[in-house]
Amino acid sequence: MAPDIHPLMLLVASIFTSNILLANFLGMCSFISISKDIKSANGLGMAVTVVLVITAALNWAILKYVLIPLDLLYLRYIVFIIVIAATVQMLEMIIDRVSPGLYMALGIFLPLITVNCAILGVALFMEIRSYTFTQTLFFALGSGLGWWLAIMALAAIQKKIQKAPVPAGLQGPGIVLFTIGFMAMAFIGFSGMVNVQ
Amino acid sequence: MADRPADILKDNLWFNNPVFIQILGICSTLAVTNNLTNTFIMSMGVMFVTGFSSFTVSVMKTLIPRKVRMIVQTLIIAFYVIILDILLRAYLPDISKALGPYVGLIITNCIIMGRAEAFGQSNGPLLSFWDGITSGLGYAWVLMAIAFVRELLGFGTLFGIPVLPTFIPRWTIMVMAPSAFFLMGGLLWIIKTIMLKKEANSGA
Repeated sequence: MAPDIHPLMLLVASIFTSNILLANFLGMCSFISISKDIKSANGLGMAVTVVLVITAALNWAILKYVLIPLDLLYLRYIVFIIVIAATVQMLEMIIDRVSPGLYMALGIFLPLITVNCAILGVALFMEIRSYTFTQTLFFALGSGLGWWLAIMALAAIQKKIQKAPVPAGLQGPGIVLFTIGFMAMAFIGFSGMVNVQ
Repeated sequence: MADRPADILKDNLWFNNPVFIQILGICSTLAVTNNLTNTFIMSMGVMFVTGFSSFTVSVMKTLIPRKVRMIVQTLIIAFYVIILDILLRAYLPDISKALGPYVGLIITNCIIMGRAEAFGQSNGPLLSFWDGITSGLGYAWVLMAIAFVRELLGFGTLFGIPVLPTFIPRWTIMVMAPSAFFLMGGLLWIIKTIMLKKEANSGA
């Protein structure tokens, strides 16, 4: 019953037309709090992309080979969240061992990712739209890249905003939300290019 | 921190409203705000989960080792979300379908974990339950306000009932994602201005 979309189309669509953050509102919490400087935005974006691809693949396999055959679909929320938490923990340990440099760059962001809605969101979208394995991989990769792109863009814009005269009541999250709104409008301009549902 | 029920209510609805102060937890719910009915059901769901998970965390606070409390809290929340999902599917199948993945995403709603961690850990069960419910309520009214504007201007309806005459053009933008960001930003702007004014008055 998998929808008949070419994986590459799905990749483009999930980066631009249905950006996980700007169209589906997922991953807002860390998005707003981390987007203050470009360096950490980059680190977080990279970490989200990596974790997304790994957990989506794992969750797909678990869904297909464990939950559906055993008729335990209602347990999927708990299973998905455990898989995500465990993956993040494992990644943290592995990266710490293998590459201390990368750990310095990514390490502090990893725990934040467990509660990032985008990760769970991709797993749930993949389940509801019944993607195949390849489609899931490309969808997860695209969503991660889209999120990364959005947070980098916002961080860069925020740098400019810091120098701009913003009304007192609008400072802080208010102006950030307006900025995100304009970004979302720009991304809507891409729609019509590819459609995904 | 206030500890009388009335103070908690006031705090959570206005002074310390989780949405205004920390922009927490809008991920899962902002997406459904183009329709009042869905927003209402979703907010009720969040209230239910916040209340009961704060209650459970508070009851179990002496049993949970501090080191693993995050994961235990997540599991408690997931437990209530599953109950909510099954209830919705049984009694409101249409809405459950429309909400899609967003019901499951209540698990990662930061408000719930935040309340359980900040309040449930250090207060009695009943007070924590009340705190959770009122936090959910504070969250609900903000989202309902946004949904009200979006549905009214986007579709000309409220709760699916047509209210605007047809000669008023519909704002397509209100149905789409960006409007939620704009309305949220605008609401924050108004509220922060009111708060700043109050502060200036009480300071002078």
